[in-house]
Amino acid sequence: MSDPVTDPRRNAPALALHVPEPLYRPGDTPDFSGIEVPAAGSAPRPDTHAAAAETHPLTRGLVRVLDENGRAVGPWDPRLDPERLRKMLRDMVTVRAFDDRMYRAQRQGKTSFYMKCTGEEAIAVAAANALHPDDMCFPTYRQQGLLVARGYPLVDMMCQIYSNAGDKLHGRQLPIMYSDKPHGFFSISGNLGTQYPQAVGWAMASAIKGDSRLAMGWIGEGATAEGDFHSALTFAAVYQAPVILAVVNNQWAISSFSGIAGAEQSTFAARAVGYGIAGLRVDGNDALAVYAAVDWASERARANAGPTLIEFFTYRAEGHSTSDDPTGYRPAGEAQQWPLGDPVERLKAHLVGFGEWDDERHAALVAEADKEVRAAQKQAEAQGILPGQGFDRIGSMFEDVYADTPWHLAEQREEALGEARVYLGRDAS
Amino acid sequence: MPTRNMIEAINDAHRVVMAADPDIVVFGEDVGYFGGVFRATAGLQKEFGKERCFDAPISEGGIVGTAVGMAAYGLKPLIEIQFADYIYPGYDQIVSEVARMRYRTAGEWTMPMVIRSPYGGGIFGGQTHSQSPEALFTHVAGLKVVIPSTPYDAKGLLIAAVEDPDPVIFFEPKRIYNGPFDGHHDKPVKPWSKHADSEVPDGHYTVPLGKARIVRPGNDLTVIAYGTMVHVALAAVEENGIDAEVIDLRTLVPVDMATIEESVKKTGRALVVQEATKTSGYASELVTLIQERCFYHLEAPVGRVSGWDTPYPHAYEWIYFPGPIRMRQALEKVMAD
Repeated sequence: MSDPVTDPRRNAPALALHVPEPLYRPGDTPDFSGIEVPAAGSAPRPDTHAAAAETHPLTRGLVRVLDENGRAVGPWDPRLDPERLRKMLRDMVTVRAFDDRMYRAQRQGKTSFYMKCTGEEAIAVAAANALHPDDMCFPTYRQQGLLVARGYPLVDMMCQIYSNAGDKLHGRQLPIMYSDKPHGFFSISGNLGTQYPQAVGWAMASAIKGDSRLAMGWIGEGATAEGDFHSALTFAAVYQAPVILAVVNNQWAISSFSGIAGAEQSTFAARAVGYGIAGLRVDGNDALAVYAAVDWASERARANAGPTLIEFFTYRAEGHSTSDDPTGYRPAGEAQQWPLGDPVERLKAHLVGFGEWDDERHAALVAEADKEVRAAQKQAEAQGILPGQGFDRIGSMFEDVYADTPWHLAEQREEALGEARVYLGRDAS
Repeated sequence: MPTRNMIEAINDAHRVVMAADPDIVVFGEDVGYFGGVFRATAGLQKEFGKERCFDAPISEGGIVGTAVGMAAYGLKPLIEIQFADYIYPGYDQIVSEVARMRYRTAGEWTMPMVIRSPYGGGIFGGQTHSQSPEALFTHVAGLKVVIPSTPYDAKGLLIAAVEDPDPVIFFEPKRIYNGPFDGHHDKPVKPWSKHADSEVPDGHYTVPLGKARIVRPGNDLTVIAYGTMVHVALAAVEENGIDAEVIDLRTLVPVDMATIEESVKKTGRALVVQEATKTSGYASELVTLIQERCFYHLEAPVGRVSGWDTPYPHAYEWIYFPGPIRMRQALEKVMAD
């Protein structure tokens, strides 16, 4: 007989580690019929002042407004006027055209890097349309739609992408890491998740000062595993900060599928339950549902009724970035199988459905957006592309480290200019 | 003039800046109702209200991260990390966000905040209440790092740090919160009230950042120290009868190299003292700077006194802590070479 003290594990079964795997890998035929997509209009819409718990059943469902025929149905229909809908459509089409041109620019060697948001255009665009223009956004890198929707010049975005003479960030940031205070767009960080507690802090500050503006933060589903996600939710809940916290669940964090971030065990919206804050799970490819959810959460936040966590369920139709080849880890054509469809096509169908849009006008809009983007690109490239940068205003590299340049940086600036002088055979600035 | 110990001086600095600027908010673990575990924020919540001084969840990443958002809004966060040993969960926000915001946005967003934290050993705090992590922050472009050694400086430097447009890491040597310390752990600590630097004026005054102080003039050797080590160095110099000039750096970044250079060129010898672990510590930077700038004036290799390259121990704390024996040996060596 074994002694349980000296040999306590004699009959214990071997433990096994569970490593989640996506349903499909390259070569497989994707079939998303197993994904539960509730009928549009079926989710109830609680009062914006409702107790957080009343929203919690919605963290496992899916708020949807546009049905299969493009009709807006159910209590979440934001009943937007055609002008607003056309603006949202125009913003989304512009974002897509912008992405395509900048993707090509990267492939042509004009810049180092680009990240498209194909398939996710509705999330930033509809949110920006639902927020007040002076609400503050703490985005991640796939919310270029915020800037487009808020009227930030495309040329300025491109100059930043090219790190050229027109780049207001002086060539210090990766392309797509925009920053613009007047348009309420906070500087993007490459360290994932950091913007989340920052959004909460901004919202807390707004409350401390008795302001009426709120903050909205975005994070990818993969980055919800970062500690900052959890500290942000803790602070948002504790101080009932006037903040909207969005999780963009686009299924893929580079090559890691959402299961690696915990999606097998629970939805991301359901993280709200444990923190006791309102939570919504929303069809991210449905511009009206996105608008309605952000509108609901902003009304709630503005009334001091607390923060909301919103999961936007969507699909990253393109690679993570220009450095990524998604055919190495997922089947080709998955995006076309995605049961929630294309956000641009769905919004277009909605407008067409009630006679406020048609194929001709849409084709004209696409052509116009393309023309606008091309014109902006020309203007931006006239100020330089990335490969031509690096020897003008070298001295500026040493500015803005501190408000005033301390002695050691002043010395290093002179050293760098000396190096450049040797390298260039002429004085550098 | 009123006499204050270091913690009282720091508390008073909070009152001065909070009264002057309604945009200053103070938060951190236990800092609100209770006034902080070291009492640095005592009474502030009562005086300035819960919205300007409040308790934070135990989440240093959250504390720093929300402070970034507040600074982006236009407030001036003055936050406390309860012990410097706990700063690591907030390190990413400090290094990747706070330090670089001005640079990466070309001045569009700035981070005028102060992150205060008690640091250093000598209080039987074991591994997690005794570390001196200043070198981790001096290595980060965009941060200023300040460490006071007296109540007068603590108040003046803290007010200057709050008024500075850049983010400041303000490490407080907790070993000398209540009184100066000469490295003899078995001797009673003298109260600050018997020390000239405990005369701390009421109201507003500043001690400028980036300016060192010559604590004791001398001709034969320059001893460079900061925080608790200023007092250890001073006592060692006196006890060994050396005509040494003792410099208290006060600010590590940007360091007052002009004062160091002038002194070392005069004395021809230098000894750098830090409490932190030895390898890649801030003392190493100082030794290099002196070597780069004063080499032809040196009569001996620059000496270095530090803690050991071990995690901070509990039972052997007084073997770890740089004290009279290590100081005497280092002084003898740098003087004999």
